[in-house]
Order: sequence, then structure tokens, then C-alpha cells
Amino acid sequence: MTTTGTKIPLPQQRAFGKTTRTDRWWLKPLLVFLGFGAFVVYSTWAAFQGTNYFYGVDGADYISPFYSPLLFGVAEAHPLISVVPEGGRPPWWPGWMPFSAAFFILWAPGGFRFTCYYYRGAYYKSFWLDPVNCGVGEPRKGYRGEQKFPLIFQNIHRYFLYVALIFIIILLWDAMKAFWFTDIDGIGHFGIGLGSVIMLCNAIFLGCYTCGCHSLRHLVGGRKDCGTCSGPIGKTYSCVSGLNGKHMMWAWISLFWVGFTDFYIRMCAAGIWSDPRFF
Amino acid sequence: MSKATFRISRGSGGDLTPADYEIEIGEGMVVLDAVHQIQYEGASDLAVRWNCKAGKCGSCSAEINGMPRLMCMTRLEDLDLSQPVTVEPMRAFPHVRDLVTDVSFNYRAKKSIKPFKPRKPDNADGTWNMKQEDVERVQEFRKCIECFLCQDVCHVLRDHHKHEEFIGPRHFVYSAALEMHPLDTEDRVADLKKAQGIGYCNITKCCTVVCPEHIKITDNAIIPLKERVVDEFYDPLTKLFRMFKPKK
Repeated sequence: MTTTGTKIPLPQQRAFGKTTRTDRWWLKPLLVFLGFGAFVVYSTWAAFQGTNYFYGVDGADYISPFYSPLLFGVAEAHPLISVVPEGGRPPWWPGWMPFSAAFFILWAPGGFRFTCYYYRGAYYKSFWLDPVNCGVGEPRKGYRGEQKFPLIFQNIHRYFLYVALIFIIILLWDAMKAFWFTDIDGIGHFGIGLGSVIMLCNAIFLGCYTCGCHSLRHLVGGRKDCGTCSGPIGKTYSCVSGLNGKHMMWAWISLFWVGFTDFYIRMCAAGIWSDPRFF
Repeated sequence: MSKATFRISRGSGGDLTPADYEIEIGEGMVVLDAVHQIQYEGASDLAVRWNCKAGKCGSCSAEINGMPRLMCMTRLEDLDLSQPVTVEPMRAFPHVRDLVTDVSFNYRAKKSIKPFKPRKPDNADGTWNMKQEDVERVQEFRKCIECFLCQDVCHVLRDHHKHEEFIGPRHFVYSAALEMHPLDTEDRVADLKKAQGIGYCNITKCCTVVCPEHIKITDNAIIPLKERVVDEFYDPLTKLFRMFKPKK
């Protein structure tokens, strides 16, 4: 920006945590830290397990969203590339490296969330304390923001969006299969188990989160100066904007639910829980 | 009538000392009323900038209990009066005296934004045709009263003093109002990226939190502008499409 070129005299930066705020400003960043941290710990643990990601008892077809689409896995889950015994690995995989089919999947939703505009703002506050909350002193003096390396790479968010949209279709397909049970004679029939409902909710919640993405909002109409806002583009833009207005809410609901879906299928597959069948 | 204590920053040129004033307060009072009461009861030299007392002129911006707010729109009944209420000047601008700061940085920053450049008129009488839906998006940005609370709370200005490289949320709102206007033909995206430093914004949404006009500054102005910057500078696919797109 072209200004006078002379530095204007300003109050000194406050020390970390210093503020005259009287409310519990630390509570929200703490809750975000705990919530997001708990998910990262659980999803990493679940990804490294490499087992109990598929539940096929009584003809059910439930696959954990952390492992779908399954590229390498047990035969009954119909992996797309090759069959690998539960807990095993493909022959070409380096022996010293732990293996899990989730490694091929989680980079995509992980990258989408990591570069998401909502999460960026949230974790810059809760994890990076930059700032820890509005009007509260910061721990660091230097600041590069997203203007320079490394955070300039956050600008690839829309590419993760493209992949995330494909994942939504896959998860909807998985949810549809979860309503289809195979009986002893090998004949498939419609049914509803608790897992079917959980998986359907998972696809819907993730869909609401993904379709409210700021980048999607830009791509479907925001990039235009509204020359066609009154037509179909305008309607699509309005729909995405509606979801975008609740982006934070969908971000948290979908985050919790995707973790819970994996946990439910894991518990059923391990034989700890049994899946109640309603129909 | 009950009593409340106000801890007001006094001094000039940034040399500030908190001074406590105890006054009687009544129903419906706002912080600006209390400041006026303090002036009336003895601190007649207390400097404060104010004008409309209706939340529309944006003059009485200050930090009340540590949060940037308009003094005229902050009701005492919404504050914890069991503790002294702190009233401080904005921290993102040079201090002048007591609660008054020099906000002229904002006027210089605004001048760096390319002005509105409409396309040729649609009609012979020099008018344009436009649907209401087409212009609706930018209406929100026109609500801005230039109180500069968003500038004050933004840590890029407030803590990191990037005034020479970053124009701040208020001016991204202004840029968005021009850039997204259906009649406008000017291109401000390169300026936003380079000279105006939109990349410094790390989307903490503090500007949206403090806006007294409830403009969704981050979601509706800054992020859409950031996405336009991505289109032009960081997205190879969009660049490729543009190369093959027929010119109008």
C-alpha cells in the first residue's frame, strides 16, 4: 500500500495472554483445541490399526469412512485393487513401514479440513495462538500470515475440495450399500440397521459441510459479479451460501459424526457391540 | 440509582494511566452516557470523540473491557458492574489524548483502492439496466459506518503493525463493494494480493465479531476476495481455462 512511508507511532505489542477482557476468552480456543486434538488423536490411532474397518455379520455391508474407498483390504469388503488379509500388507509394501488401507484415504479429507477457511481460523487461534482470541496478546512478534511461505500453500484448498466432492459420492454409495443386506442364500434385500442410519447421516453431514465450502461458493457463482445472479447460477449460489452460513456448525457435526461412524463400525467389527436391525 | 466505577485511560501521546471514576448510573445508560457524566462531574478535560449517539456515525469507538465497541451502543446493563469497567482508546492507531486516536491511516489506506469504474451506459440517456438480485450482494458492504473497530481488533494491525503492507478489514469490505459490483469494470485483484496484503489475513474472524453493523466481513468480503486472488495467482487450472476462453 502506498502511504507516507513513515512509521506511525503505535502502542507496543502486549505480552502473550495480556488483555483487559473480563470474559472467559480462553474457553472457546481451549474447547476447539480439545475437540480438534481429540479427533486427530483418534483418527490417527484408527488409521494405524488396519483392522476392524469392515462389518459383514448377518449380511451387513458397513465400511468405515476412514477406509473407504477400500483399495487394499479383506476379501468380503471387495477391495478395489487387491485383497490383503486383515492386519496384513501388500507384498510390495516396505516391511519397515506400518501399513493401513486408511493411509491411502485420510490425506484427502485431512487436507480438505486442514486448508478449510473455518478450520484455519480456528486452529490458528487454538493451536498457534495467533491470536489466541480477539484483543488478546500474542506469543510471537514476527508474522507472515498466509502471504508468504509456508501458509501460502493454504491456497490449494479448492483442489482438496474437488477430491472431497468425489468422496461424498463414494460415501453416499457406501451408505446405500449399508441398506442392502445379503441373506444366507446370497440374495440381497433392503434392510435398516443402526449402522445403515449412522452411515447415511455421515454422508449427509459431510455433504452439508463440503457443499458449504467457501471455495465451492466462489466457484458456483461468487467469482462472478452477478451478471447471472437471477438465474440458475444465482440459485446454486444461494443454496451454497445458505450452507456456508452454518459452515462452522457442519464442520463440527461432520467431524464428530465421521469419527463416531468409524468407532461404531469398529466396535461392531470387533464384536464388542452388535448392530441392531430395525427392518 | 446505583453506582459503578469506570477505569478510563488518561494521558496523551500514548503515555496512558488508568483513572477510576465512580458515578451514579441510571436505567438505559450506555457507556458514552457514563463518559459524559464523568466529564460533567469533574473530568471536564477528558477527551472523547463522539457525534450521533445512535451507532451510525462510527465516532465513539473505544475498547470497553478489552473489546473494541461503540461506546454509544454498549449498554451498562450488559456489563459486569461489580468490577470497574475499563474504557481504553483503540490500540491499532496512534494515540492522541485520553480516548482519542488518530485514525487518518484509514483515509490513506482507502485512497490506495482503485475507484469505481462503471461500464458504458446501457441506454442512450446514460443509465444502466440492472436486476435487484444482481446488486444485492454488495448492499451488505454499504452498511459500513467506518467506525474502524474491525481495523482495531485485527491483530495484523493491532499487534503486528503491518500498516504499510496491509489495508485491513474495513478496506477489504470497501474493495469487495467495488470489485463485486455488477457495473464495475476495474480489476483490483493484483493490488489486493501485492500492495494491500490480503494474504496477511488469517481468517480469525475478529473483525466480524466486533462489527456493529453485523457485516459478515470475513465470510462475505475477505474470503471471496482471497478466492479471486487464488483464481488469478495460485490456480493453474483456472489460468489454463482463461487462456482458452474466447475473448468477449
